[in-house]
Amino acid sequence: MTPTEFGPTGIKCPTRTRFSRALGLAALVGIAWLALFGLVLSPDDRVQREGVRILYVHVPSAWLAYLAFVVTGLASAAYLFPKTRSLTWDRIAGASAEVGVLFMGITLVSGSLWGHISWGTYWTWDSRLTTTAFLFVTYIGYLAVRGLGGSQQQRARRSAVVALLALLEVPLVHFSVKWWRPLHQGESVAEKELEGLMLFSLFVGIIAFTLLYVWLVLHRQRVLAMEDSLADRGLDTALAERRQEALPR
Amino acid sequence: MNAAMTAMVNSQYVIGSYVVTLAAIGLYAWRMLARARRIARQVPPEERPWT
Repeated sequence: MTPTEFGPTGIKCPTRTRFSRALGLAALVGIAWLALFGLVLSPDDRVQREGVRILYVHVPSAWLAYLAFVVTGLASAAYLFPKTRSLTWDRIAGASAEVGVLFMGITLVSGSLWGHISWGTYWTWDSRLTTTAFLFVTYIGYLAVRGLGGSQQQRARRSAVVALLALLEVPLVHFSVKWWRPLHQGESVAEKELEGLMLFSLFVGIIAFTLLYVWLVLHRQRVLAMEDSLADRGLDTALAERRQEALPR
Repeated sequence: MNAAMTAMVNSQYVIGSYVVTLAAIGLYAWRMLARARRIARQVPPEERPWT
């Protein structure tokens, strides 16, 4: 059996479907809109001046990271629940966590650039920043746990438990601006500090990133499915070779 | 530093944040699709039910 048995293939994008292509195009249009509104059309803030434009990528990426981690938790719970147990849930959890870590990393970097404009420093150990960094590290740990050895079922069960524990941190991060008195500003949308074109630009960012998140998770979980399939085939081949060796010559 | 200079410096941070964001997402997506292309050759079509 050669590794290229199923196609030297002109497969350009083996995880693509008509739906995912439409979704990807919509996400690209959304990103273009975000750049247009965030960088050009939205006005400067009275206090933060042009620095407010970072908000249109910073807040959507933070929200998407939360969403991704909640999806990871829900999919993990679905795996642990006997009636819905399926490795598809595990793959969705893994894909969502990976994309969530990406968005959380973007949140930290864009936030630190914004912090340099607003506070004059890239980093400070205030409650929101510290809990966010802790959440980021926790989910990197979750991804590391997924990479440990064992069968796919062992991986799924182990990482599902970790995901449910890690999910407890999300409200801690979100409400840290209410429970403590950090340097980080409060909830701009809930406190109605944004309006008009600024609020619209933020929503464009949230919609664009949400489309992008769905597209990324869809493709990533298909890649994970192929990796699992490949691992199964590798195991089958190894077993067949062992059996062959055991036969009397 | 006068206001115009501050605005110019701040704009660099603003544009930098957009560049970092889009580059990170683009790099992740590109690597993921490259991996998909690489391993799809070894996976039979019946195990890719979405195709």
